[in-house]
Amino acid sequence: MTTILFYLFSALLLGAALFVVLNRNPIYSVVGLVFAFMNLAAMYFLLEAYFIGVLQVLVYAGAIMVLFLFVVMLLNVQPDRPHPGLIHPDRWWFGIMALIFVSLFLLLIGQGVRALLTSPAEDAAGMGSVADVGEALFTSFLLPFEIASLLLTVALIGTVFLAKKKV
Amino acid sequence: MDTFDLLATIIKVVIVFVTILVTIIILGLAERRVSGFMQYRLGPNRVGPWGLLQTVADGIKFLFKEDIIPDNVNRPIYLLAPVITMIPAFMTFAVIPFGVPLEIAGHTVKLQVADINIGLLYILALTSVGVYGLVLAGWSAGSKYPLLGGLRSSAQLISYELAMGLAIVGVIMVSGGLTFNEIITHQQATSWNFWKQPLAALVFLVAMFAETNRLPFDLTEAEQELVGGYHTEYSSFKFLMFYMSEYANVITASGFMVCLFFGGWDMPFIDEKALGHWGVVLSVLAFVSKVGFFLFLYIWVRWTFPRFRYDQLMRLGWKVLLPLGLVNIFAVGLWMALRA
Repeated sequence: MTTILFYLFSALLLGAALFVVLNRNPIYSVVGLVFAFMNLAAMYFLLEAYFIGVLQVLVYAGAIMVLFLFVVMLLNVQPDRPHPGLIHPDRWWFGIMALIFVSLFLLLIGQGVRALLTSPAEDAAGMGSVADVGEALFTSFLLPFEIASLLLTVALIGTVFLAKKKV
Repeated sequence: MDTFDLLATIIKVVIVFVTILVTIIILGLAERRVSGFMQYRLGPNRVGPWGLLQTVADGIKFLFKEDIIPDNVNRPIYLLAPVITMIPAFMTFAVIPFGVPLEIAGHTVKLQVADINIGLLYILALTSVGVYGLVLAGWSAGSKYPLLGGLRSSAQLISYELAMGLAIVGVIMVSGGLTFNEIITHQQATSWNFWKQPLAALVFLVAMFAETNRLPFDLTEAEQELVGGYHTEYSSFKFLMFYMSEYANVITASGFMVCLFFGGWDMPFIDEKALGHWGVVLSVLAFVSKVGFFLFLYIWVRWTFPRFRYDQLMRLGWKVLLPLGLVNIFAVGLWMALRA
């Protein structure tokens, strides 16, 4: 049952992700991305990481994508503008981006294959629960957690500085 | 899960779904009768005894009306939007417990459709997804008033949602769990969270009105300025779907409020769990009457307060509710630290 659901959600996730990239209408892309996040959340549920799954829906699908949709709707990007040619001497950085993407992708696939060959780690009882995640954040991962909050504070102050005309 | 549990779950799903639908019908009538009462007139009283069948007649009328799809709408999203609004609206009530567990033939049946260990976050996640229906409905209609309504609803969401989350954090801190059963049991053992954290209850109450798009925060469908807001271009059954989702959200929000701050199914000074079947009946009655009070409050507020302006709501959310929520968390934390 779990295996069937895993393949179902994987197929939907990949399909939605392709829809996001290949679609020319930005609103459709946003809706596709929300659907992709939902399927990702379903994958977390299958792994019994309910907290992470709900956060995926609450934060990404619920809050961040609403802002995406808000911006796309405000900008009102026309979907039917002429497509610029993909390969062009001026677009040499496309090649560099593609190279970085492909190498990262290969790295991930390599990691995945290596994980498949080794035996899976044992699940501790209650793993991925709110208490578990919270304890990990405030003990073993305290420094990265604080660095992330510092980064967010810097971003927040920067936004206020940019948005405010006179400081 | 054996056959008994499966059957019990199916029966609970059906009961909850039908109860929500019936409550929507009653609310539709109550809204008009109570508003009539508040404006010193009678309200609809011709269909059935005391006008009880008025909402049923309205529903039938919606079903038989012509379903118009305007020419310049974005068809796929226009058709999808009411569904996106309605599904989360009817899913959220699943985690709210409406009574103490019932003992039948050696089995314990929880009076709650799904007891998941992150019940609070489940409701928050689903309600934040429900807003897509409004935003997409506004965008896809291809007309300026719905678009403005849709834009407003997304800006409204980010203004109140944070304050709502912060108000809930205080409750989670004192009860030490994310499930409704832990929160209610804790309130039963001590006292209602409302007495302990009136500030959080107030912040949550205001955010709850904003979340359900009800007056004084119904900016997405402000009829004087936006015709009908996001649902201007919808007719017939699609309009009914938006209408039903709004009331379903109102019911769930009332249940959420009751569970968080007013003890859920707890009746004060009575230990329901020791009373057997009568305790179950009492607890369900307590829950229903508390939710009923908040449903009435919704209508009461609607005819008492004028609508907030768009920027006033954002200012209220970010500059008043958010700091108050933070103050509440610090106060609760300090209190817990001093007591420990």
